Amino acid sequence: MIGVMLGEAWHAMGANRMRTFLTMLGMVIGVGAVIAMMAIGQGVKDSVNESIASMGSNLFIVLSGSASTGGMRMGGGVAPTLTLADAQAIAELPSVRASAPVASGSAQVVYGSNNWSTSISGVTPDYLEVAGWQIADGYWISDSDTRSATRVAVLGQTVVDNLFGDEDPLGKIIRIKQSPFTVIGVLQAKGQSLDGRDQDDTILMPIRTAQRQVLGQQFRTSVRMTMAQAISAEAMPQAEKDMNDLLRQRHRIRQGADDDFNVRNMTALAKTAAQTAELMSMLLGAIASISLIVGGVGIMNIMLVSVTERTREIGIRMAIGARRRDILAQFLLEAISISIAGCLVGVALGVSAALLVNHLTDTPVVITLSSILLGFAVATAVGVFFGYYPAHQAAKLRPIEALRFN
Amino acid sequence: MTNTDDLIRISHLNKQYDTAAGPVPVLHDLSLEINRGEFVAIMGPSGSGKSTFMNILGCLDVPTSGQYILEGADVGTLDTDALARLRNKVIGFVFQGFNLLPRANLETNVALPLLYARVGKAERLERARHYLNAMGLSKYCKSLPSNISGGQQQRVAIARALASNPSLILADEPTGNLDTHTSQEIMDIFTRLNAEEGITVVLVTHEPDIAHYAKRLVRFVDGRIVHDGGVEAAHEVAA
Repeated sequence: MIGVMLGEAWHAMGANRMRTFLTMLGMVIGVGAVIAMMAIGQGVKDSVNESIASMGSNLFIVLSGSASTGGMRMGGGVAPTLTLADAQAIAELPSVRASAPVASGSAQVVYGSNNWSTSISGVTPDYLEVAGWQIADGYWISDSDTRSATRVAVLGQTVVDNLFGDEDPLGKIIRIKQSPFTVIGVLQAKGQSLDGRDQDDTILMPIRTAQRQVLGQQFRTSVRMTMAQAISAEAMPQAEKDMNDLLRQRHRIRQGADDDFNVRNMTALAKTAAQTAELMSMLLGAIASISLIVGGVGIMNIMLVSVTERTREIGIRMAIGARRRDILAQFLLEAISISIAGCLVGVALGVSAALLVNHLTDTPVVITLSSILLGFAVATAVGVFFGYYPAHQAAKLRPIEALRFN
Repeated sequence: MTNTDDLIRISHLNKQYDTAAGPVPVLHDLSLEINRGEFVAIMGPSGSGKSTFMNILGCLDVPTSGQYILEGADVGTLDTDALARLRNKVIGFVFQGFNLLPRANLETNVALPLLYARVGKAERLERARHYLNAMGLSKYCKSLPSNISGGQQQRVAIARALASNPSLILADEPTGNLDTHTSQEIMDIFTRLNAEEGITVVLVTHEPDIAHYAKRLVRFVDGRIVHDGGVEAAHEVAA
């Protein structure tokens, strides 16, 4: 029975090809848009998650407080309130796995005839793991480098590209603020951070070296910030409280007085970014879904016309024994066939559109099987929903009136 | 008085249509019995209610009051599905305008009642070909209705009416669109089906010559039966 009805639906669709094509077009565009938008949304979501993963997990950043100079208040991280000793004390907290103090600034770097302005960070050996970096080539800064403040540098990929081009940077001498530094390692590229900064445009060196040789007076004994990693995701709130209590005690801040430091939960920030990406992806999908609904209305419109045109046929079928549900099933199946056929073309169109966008704009796209299956499910649902009313109109015709219709 | 030969028993049947101007009575207090194996012609001027009567006979419409019993079933009490089943199993329709599905080939057209009777595909096509063959159309099984003549189309319609093996064939002006010669051929088919297969035939016509093929004549005027008897009267009143 279903087979025969599918055959009839196919015949009916073939009888008026142009009209069937135009009706299908609504579904094609709707499904295509949904597939393409979901692919782009998923791609953005994945790249945000990748940035988050590159940031390191369960991460806090402890910034030193703001400074006030002649009534002008500077931003956070400017006053030299946070020290290396603070960072060590944080590392000893039971809820904290490791901490990595960072003294940072920027400087002009020279190698041969090339020069490049980049950010300089003085770090300790723990920094590599806490910040989620990996060494691509050479060595990482050792404890003895930190203790004796040797002039060694580990370069980010962007710096390597700009100073050395194709040359191998390992063992070469670069000059930072007139001091010579030996390049001992190169970092694995991380790409952009969540806020769009190039994370690879950086030079890392032992923290005491940076404090003494590069950053100048202000940070001679202090650090701009300390990164701290909690022992687990569950321990994050405890770690935040512990660090606040510890630093207030160490800095002798009285009850009620303002903190001269600032603990930021980076994981919470990352979560917000991930939620934003998720929301954007949903919004894109929702907008695309509207065109699916419009496509459905198009199907309903044409099915109503078709029922009117074929009133006599319906009368004949009823006269020779078709029950109402037979007529209902026939027209419903026809609507579903149109919408699924449209969906098939739409999937192809959506996938090609997503790939084209990826090719032309470098926007990452991810086409998942689930989005295609969802497209089919929605198309079937649209066919049933918008096909039901016309099919019902057909089924409730009275046979004598339908037979009399010309 | 129960008679096993009764195929159709109509008693005190009324039919009226509700229009904006109020109810319009069409059939008045009809009582009529048709036995199995009869060949009945129904005549009457337009507006006499014969089409309405045929619609009720064919279970396409139900009476306003009174009783219509077809093969023991009280048609007035049945729901739409039961009426559809009755049309499918008991009645074969032959229309003036043939009423074949234009996009379906002949065997599909003939097999259509069997589709709604939920007969399997192989048997459906076998029976469709059998009846097309009986109508001398076996070589047109895959043709479309538009590619054959009117007489041939009417024979396809008869094959379709026969496909579900009905007790009753209702023919509404079956020769109205055909020339004299073809009309005779079609009427010969009805005569043969009635005589050889014992199928009850009820046909509506306004042509006395066609009515003469029947064995019984029922004449309607203004929603009432004015004659029920021999077909010799067909010419007299029409003249």
